[in-house]
Amino acid sequence: MTTPLLSLQGLTKAYPGVVANDQVSFDIGEGEVHALLGENGAGKSTLVKMIYGLVKPDSGTMLLRGQNFAPPEPRAARSDGIAMVFQHFSLFDALNVAENIALGMENPPPMGDLASRIREVSETYGLPLDPYRTVGDLSAGERQRVEIIRCLLQDPKLLIMDEPTSVLTPQEVNILFETLNKLRSEGTSILYISHKLEEIRTLCDHATILRLGKNVGECIPAETSARDMAEMMVGSTLQTPERSGRDFGEVALDVSGLSVPSPSEFGTALRNVHLTVRKGEVLGIGGVAGNGQDELLGVLSGEIQTPADAIKFNGQAIGMLGPTARRKIGVLTAPEERLGHAAAPDMSLTENALLTGSVREGLESSGFLKWNETKQFAEKIIDAFDVRTPGPENAARSLSGGNLQKFVIGREVLQNPDVLVVNQPTWGVDAAAAASIRQAILDLAAKGTAVVCISQDLDELMEISDSFAALNEGRLSAPREATGLTVDEIGLMMGGAHGMEVAHV
Amino acid sequence: MDLGEINPILLVASLMVAATPLLLAAIGELVVEKAGVLNLGVEGMMIVGAISGFAISVETGSPWLGFIAAAIGGAVLSLLFVLLTQFALANQVASGLALTLFGLGFSALMGQRYVGIKPPSMGDVHIPLLSDIPVIGPILFQHDPILYVGIAIIAAVWATLKYTRVGLILRAVGENHDAAHALGYKVIKIRIIAILFGGACAGLGGAYISLIRVPQWTEGMTAGVGWIALALVVFASWKPWRVLLGAYLFGGITVLQLNLQAAGVAIPVEYLAMSPYIITILVLVILSADKSRAPASLGRTFHASH
Amino acid sequence: MIVLEKRPQPSKAWSYATPLVAVVATMVFGGLLFAILGKNPIEAIGTIFWEPLFGEFAFYYRPQLLVKGAPLVLIAIGLSLGFRAGIWNIGAEGQYIMGTIFGAGAGLAFYPMEAWFIFPIMIFAGAFGGWLWATIPAFLKVRFGTNEILVSLMLVYVAEQFLASVSLGLLKNPEGFGFPGSRNLQSYESAHNAELIAGSGMHWGVVAAFIAVIFSYVLLNRHMLGFHIRLTGEAPRAAKFAGVNPARLILFCLGLSGALAGLAGMFEVSGPSGVVSIDFNVGYGFTAIIVAFLGRLHPVGILLAGGLMALTYIGGEIAQSQLGLPAAAIQVFQGMLLFFLLAFDLLTNYRIRAARSEVA
Repeated sequence: MTTPLLSLQGLTKAYPGVVANDQVSFDIGEGEVHALLGENGAGKSTLVKMIYGLVKPDSGTMLLRGQNFAPPEPRAARSDGIAMVFQHFSLFDALNVAENIALGMENPPPMGDLASRIREVSETYGLPLDPYRTVGDLSAGERQRVEIIRCLLQDPKLLIMDEPTSVLTPQEVNILFETLNKLRSEGTSILYISHKLEEIRTLCDHATILRLGKNVGECIPAETSARDMAEMMVGSTLQTPERSGRDFGEVALDVSGLSVPSPSEFGTALRNVHLTVRKGEVLGIGGVAGNGQDELLGVLSGEIQTPADAIKFNGQAIGMLGPTARRKIGVLTAPEERLGHAAAPDMSLTENALLTGSVREGLESSGFLKWNETKQFAEKIIDAFDVRTPGPENAARSLSGGNLQKFVIGREVLQNPDVLVVNQPTWGVDAAAAASIRQAILDLAAKGTAVVCISQDLDELMEISDSFAALNEGRLSAPREATGLTVDEIGLMMGGAHGMEVAHV
Repeated sequence: MDLGEINPILLVASLMVAATPLLLAAIGELVVEKAGVLNLGVEGMMIVGAISGFAISVETGSPWLGFIAAAIGGAVLSLLFVLLTQFALANQVASGLALTLFGLGFSALMGQRYVGIKPPSMGDVHIPLLSDIPVIGPILFQHDPILYVGIAIIAAVWATLKYTRVGLILRAVGENHDAAHALGYKVIKIRIIAILFGGACAGLGGAYISLIRVPQWTEGMTAGVGWIALALVVFASWKPWRVLLGAYLFGGITVLQLNLQAAGVAIPVEYLAMSPYIITILVLVILSADKSRAPASLGRTFHASH
Repeated sequence: MIVLEKRPQPSKAWSYATPLVAVVATMVFGGLLFAILGKNPIEAIGTIFWEPLFGEFAFYYRPQLLVKGAPLVLIAIGLSLGFRAGIWNIGAEGQYIMGTIFGAGAGLAFYPMEAWFIFPIMIFAGAFGGWLWATIPAFLKVRFGTNEILVSLMLVYVAEQFLASVSLGLLKNPEGFGFPGSRNLQSYESAHNAELIAGSGMHWGVVAAFIAVIFSYVLLNRHMLGFHIRLTGEAPRAAKFAGVNPARLILFCLGLSGALAGLAGMFEVSGPSGVVSIDFNVGYGFTAIIVAFLGRLHPVGILLAGGLMALTYIGGEIAQSQLGLPAAAIQVFQGMLLFFLLAFDLLTNYRIRAARSEVA
């Protein structure tokens, strides 16, 4: 048996209150694509941070080609041939592509030489890039290319990719896989982190499954069913959400010809967006991150105001109304970013319940606050949505992502909205919490609420949507009935391959 | 009133002198802000530099040692800002204010023995040929050495930020400290160096006021120059050469205003004296529209968690 | 090796304890400073903190506590609302001056008429002067996105020049034999902010400070506007999502803090000081920043911190005359207090822990 490229032996890392990795061991062979599979919070990120030298293990050892390997910092890991493409890109918006790449290299050549190297490598791998463009102006897919090129320029032995497809259209995913296959054929090993089972089955040679920080099993993905892998990952069988009845009423929300500039510098302007949602209907809006999702939510929540007629609720023009006035009439929203947008991190759950609940729940009278009623409302959310917390006086930031998300969604659902708009309702949430959030959304629709669900998780959208549309560079495709849509069709609605090309193998 | 008494050559030459404290403090703060830190304590570091420089040059008789002491004094005070913001993770705005309040008091305390004393003079550089050119010579080539040091620092900062790896890393840290950390750069260490550099520059600027511009020690003698320097960084859109331009503009206004006072223009002295501050506000208003050049992590606290 | 660990939520106990720890640390290091200056540290600290309250002449100094404390509390209450919302008015000194000029000016305009309505008009004018001066940075921030820190600070220098100008011109006492400074409002009955109880130090400014504390407490704890102020400071994006109009909040917070600073100036000039003069302002506007932080931006805390800071002022003066402690030493002492407070505040949000030695 040959020596594996990287061998992890009994890696353990604990943080206060949580053991992120508990005695994790596995091997990555030379030229192997190895999947690291697990739910959010299973400890995948901590594990790769240890390999990349960002975090030191409490105990355990790593061997790189049989040699002891303990990088004190990323620089050391890089010089030993480890490269990493981050899930949340480690890029600098205001700098150009070449500068960004130089920052990730140990001994970058002069800028001019680097620029031509970037051109050369990016062409070879089918990921064309202009070295002098400002990174902030690039699309999510292009930004990922910057990261990948940055890694490839250093001839890595092991390339770590953390959830790389979450920002890509299906067509772009295919191109990425071509690139990765080419790398594999050249002998590069890849550690591929994901929770998307079908991807892993097509791409990976071997898989290690993490659950709650422990290695709970290994398998050959091509020979294992997605269902079996899912059960290893989650630890139990999952219930798929159910919904009763699909009777649609009148049009509740009607957006027509809506164009607004983005409030942030590197944001995306919305261009001529049309959509209608009927009572009881769930409209799923897909698309790669950064194509106008935040702006669309802002426009619907009232944070960004528009011409009055551009948005109608039950026929009434509401484009110029602010968030409070919209809540009053029953248009509620739940933004993507939990900490800092949907909730104030350092404030208590009671105060966070007040944040959107004041008007509809009658938590104030002529400006004066009713703290008792507010606390009761917070407790009601905690009970109804099974939010795990000692009590409503705890700060929002003390909750886990999944629990806070249940609180944030529950806060809106319990106010009986006529229209509910959610952005990424289950992002970074474990499978059980995600299922209960989806169920709550479906139950609400069954009672006649018009729901808009913006998400980058296509599986989620296919599961709960009645109709589907996609955002691409601020434009919304014409909505289509969700049942019967193929992955190819969805991909094309999302903008296809965005000018990428297949690697010239 | 007699405007004819204003000598244009002297006016331009003294403009460069008036601009130098501003220029020094502002280029230091520019580096600090490029690293993503907002240090509002410039005024405090300047005044501490002013008294450290003054005291040491009086005691040793050497203005050069005075300037070195001023740079050290400013840097030591900025070390307090480092402790507060980089280790105790305190709010940068509040910490900067604390630095200024503390610096003003501390300098007054240190300076008690030095009121009314004349510091040793530094003397002007005399560059053969160049200094003798009519008009241009007295304007450009007959100044004290620190004035040229200031211009050299601007050039050095510009070249470092634009062409070197250190400059690139500094900009990266100011732009996105989390990403810089993920790539393995020592965010805190880089910021500490930037803050200390900013403190040293502010100290030099302060000493320039007490040793060359005035030259004398009085309590609170920086009179808001540190704050104008902060405004100047915004004015310059975080670009070194525009700091130079801005400093000369403000220096020009100050000098012109003083000359008009001396010439006995009909405008009351107080209104002339408030003009630099009002013009600073006007400039801020005009330039605030474009915030795009500000480093994205400016003023945000960094704590490497997990 | 020592590491910081973010607490899941801010520690209540430490948020009360840090100001006390900071005061103690300041006493220790302040004592050290006094020792370096050649003074007996115990005696100096004792003089500053004990003498005004319980010393031989306490009957004289105790009322002074109210006189010095009132403007500090009044200004700090206004500043704290803005600071909570992340709106940094640091030009209270200028607003204080403008309140003084407007308030005194309004009173002197009626001179020598005696009427009951003159003093209320002065109160209004003083508040208006401060409000106006603070609304300039507020308006510029809302309209052009200009940094309020720099603008409000620049306006301090403008106000100081304006003060010099009116002391020498517009408001100069025509019967003052050419000396700069206005008529003495203490000798103009209708405009005099006299002590409510003779010898108590209690004047209308003190009453206003107490009202401001109560008002601010109710606003922050019981009212939607106060909730929105806190929310904006904690999470600006969440505040916008909650329906807060940032522009209106900026105008409110800056305007109110300016008005309170203006009131403080007006009560000072019409009462304890009496005269508009070039050196009228003594830095209350800046010291109030320390008071606001020392009181943890909490109304009751500010009340206590204002008292403490007034104590250091008065005690400092005593130490100056009795021990020859330089005035600047007290300024350093106050600055130190803010330093330690900011530093120890760390303990509210983080836990300090000795890290296990890393496995290399």
